[in-house]
Amino acid sequence: MELLFDSLFNGVAIGSVLLVAALGLAIVFGLMGVINLAHGELMMLGAYTTYVTQLIFKLPILKPFYNSYIIVSIFLAFIVSGVVGILLEKTIIRRLYGSPLETLLATWGVSLILQQFVRSVPLAYGTGLVISLIIGLFLPSTFPSKIKESINFKYFKFSTWLFAALTGVLTGSIISSSVSKLSRASARNVDVTAPSWMRGQVEIIGTAFPKTRLMIIVITLISVIAITLFLNQSAWGMRIRAVTQNRQMSDCLGISTEKVDIITFGIGSGLAGVAGVAVSLLGSVGPNVGGNYIVGCFMVVVLGGVGNLLGTVFASFGIGIMTDLIGAGRLLSIWPDMPLPLSNTINFFATTSMARVMIFALIVIFLQFKPTGLFPQKGRMVEN
Amino acid sequence: MSFSKIKFDKKIVLSFWIILIALIIAAPTLLPVFRLNLLGRYLSLSIVALGVDLIWGYTGLLSLGQGIFFALGGYCAAMYLQITSSSEFPNNIPEFFALYGVEKLPFFWEPFRSPIFTFFAIWIIPALIAGLIGFLVFRNRIKGVYFSILTQASLLVFFNFFNGQQKLINGTNGLKTDVTQLFGQMVGSESMQRIFFWITAMLVIAAWFFAKWVIKGRFGNILIGIRDDEPRVRFTGYNPVIFKTIIFSIAGGLAGISGALYTVQSGIVSPQFMTVPFSIEMVIWVAVGGRGTLLGAILGAVFINYAKSLVSEALPASWMFIQGGLFILVVTALPEGVLGWIKGDGPRNLLQRFGLKRKIETYPSLEVNNKEVNNE
Repeated sequence: MELLFDSLFNGVAIGSVLLVAALGLAIVFGLMGVINLAHGELMMLGAYTTYVTQLIFKLPILKPFYNSYIIVSIFLAFIVSGVVGILLEKTIIRRLYGSPLETLLATWGVSLILQQFVRSVPLAYGTGLVISLIIGLFLPSTFPSKIKESINFKYFKFSTWLFAALTGVLTGSIISSSVSKLSRASARNVDVTAPSWMRGQVEIIGTAFPKTRLMIIVITLISVIAITLFLNQSAWGMRIRAVTQNRQMSDCLGISTEKVDIITFGIGSGLAGVAGVAVSLLGSVGPNVGGNYIVGCFMVVVLGGVGNLLGTVFASFGIGIMTDLIGAGRLLSIWPDMPLPLSNTINFFATTSMARVMIFALIVIFLQFKPTGLFPQKGRMVEN
Repeated sequence: MSFSKIKFDKKIVLSFWIILIALIIAAPTLLPVFRLNLLGRYLSLSIVALGVDLIWGYTGLLSLGQGIFFALGGYCAAMYLQITSSSEFPNNIPEFFALYGVEKLPFFWEPFRSPIFTFFAIWIIPALIAGLIGFLVFRNRIKGVYFSILTQASLLVFFNFFNGQQKLINGTNGLKTDVTQLFGQMVGSESMQRIFFWITAMLVIAAWFFAKWVIKGRFGNILIGIRDDEPRVRFTGYNPVIFKTIIFSIAGGLAGISGALYTVQSGIVSPQFMTVPFSIEMVIWVAVGGRGTLLGAILGAVFINYAKSLVSEALPASWMFIQGGLFILVVTALPEGVLGWIKGDGPRNLLQRFGLKRKIETYPSLEVNNKEVNNE
């Protein structure tokens, strides 16, 4: 019983990391049909945001609040990755709607650039750049439209971007002069240390659980609930669903599909940032951290069925539990005296990498019976 | 998407071929061995690029897992070389087995004692595995991006498998070939490398003719039909599954040959051939060269790799930026690649933009309609 509970928890822990990482992807891919191979790199940006936030909270002014930096970084990571995602949508992805394979290649290019960016640009100036992007993209929309109309719009935009760039350079140099770790570019992995209240373990019904794992489960739970509420209860959520179901019809009814695309992509990317915070708690953070998760995330989305969050949830927990069952050879401990060939097979697959092999084989077999995933969209179409 | 409306002048094509063949004949004497070896490697990569072009440029299947077949071909060649040169090691098995305490040769190594088996294995094994993967995927009408994702996932699976099995195939370290013997000669030696260069160059041309033959005639037409409108092909009475499976396994076989040639010239085969970035790179060679043009695939593979080695020697950090930029540029600005751009109206349009050539009037609504069809 205890063993089962332990296994279940491990599975849920693995699954929740997958889920939080795949959630943004499920939204972008499921709702917009856009394949974003830079999703992993957006996660990486989130993880680096956590690292930068942690170092900034070590400064004397913010030292008393150090323990809460992880909470702050969740929001910051959402904003940072969301803004980079919005920029991506505005500059590249928008041109490629309707041709998913091209989007795939372009986003892969973006992911290469982002990886090299964190390697060769000091994080302090990277932070400055992100800050100027945030200001440049959002400052114009905060002004009332009367002011915008009275001035020539081109000059207005130019001046906001100028202001944004100045602020970015300023913050960049302030950070780089006050936090020495951020002032030099490095390709080395960095470590995020959890605040003291998150270290150690909690005991539930006789079994000890690491607190960071629990924290990740909590983050995942909150993200899933928040995104479900947003999609089902808010006005913009309704518009997003409308555009998903019938883009042309929604356009005719006066929904700005352009805005919907930006918001959807921004939220999906922001969720990648949140996933980055979760990932940074699990191990060291490097430029390649996102690449380890991206394929797993896509498997979750394919298995769960596109355009369905419930499917994503089931698929990620399913994969998580199966990974734990196979990778740790749990079946052997549940049924110790099984015939030798069977136990040999299970031992052969009882490593993390071989568990992946097995899981993939299972997914392919599953797709033979249900090609559109666990919860397929209903409809009668030749093309989907 | 329409490719190649205007055909190249025959004379240009002919002179191009003459120059190319002259270069290939002259290369071994002109270039130092190091550069020759690099060129040979890149030429062998152009064979896998041809396969990618067949499945992506002509059939519309974007595979992100060609690395599997590439590496399988490489492993087949390396296993043969390792096993024939293992007579001086304990138990008559390759040296690395002793590190892991393996005394008996794993069963699947046995057939690789035979050169004839290896010769066929290099392309048949990758082709069979490609066919199997392809059939399982295509049977369910999984296509488009789903196909890409599944091939990428299978790439990861193969990588994990080969990376983790030290006792079977030396895991992460891979199999070395440069110190092995082939027909009494050291594989890594200069004379052998020259021979490999010749073989590669000839095989590239053979593969080009083979690909040309594949896309010619009805078979090729069906492939293009699948790319442009698969349901229509199905409703006309053809079964796309068969055609897609065949072309996918052809591409797999080409990848296997390419991998074997690359392995003997680079001196090692390792799971690194199965990493995700390498397989996507193969796509970008074709995309830059011009998908849907076989020559584009070859030229793209050779030139991009050459550029990569030159840039990486000079400024190691900047190659990732350049490569990333290439990906973005080629899909947004040059969707038909360089050769497609030249073949199409690219140069004429460029001249028109600068007012050097007169505009051709076209029926306006035709273009508008085309755009709408593409956006669907």
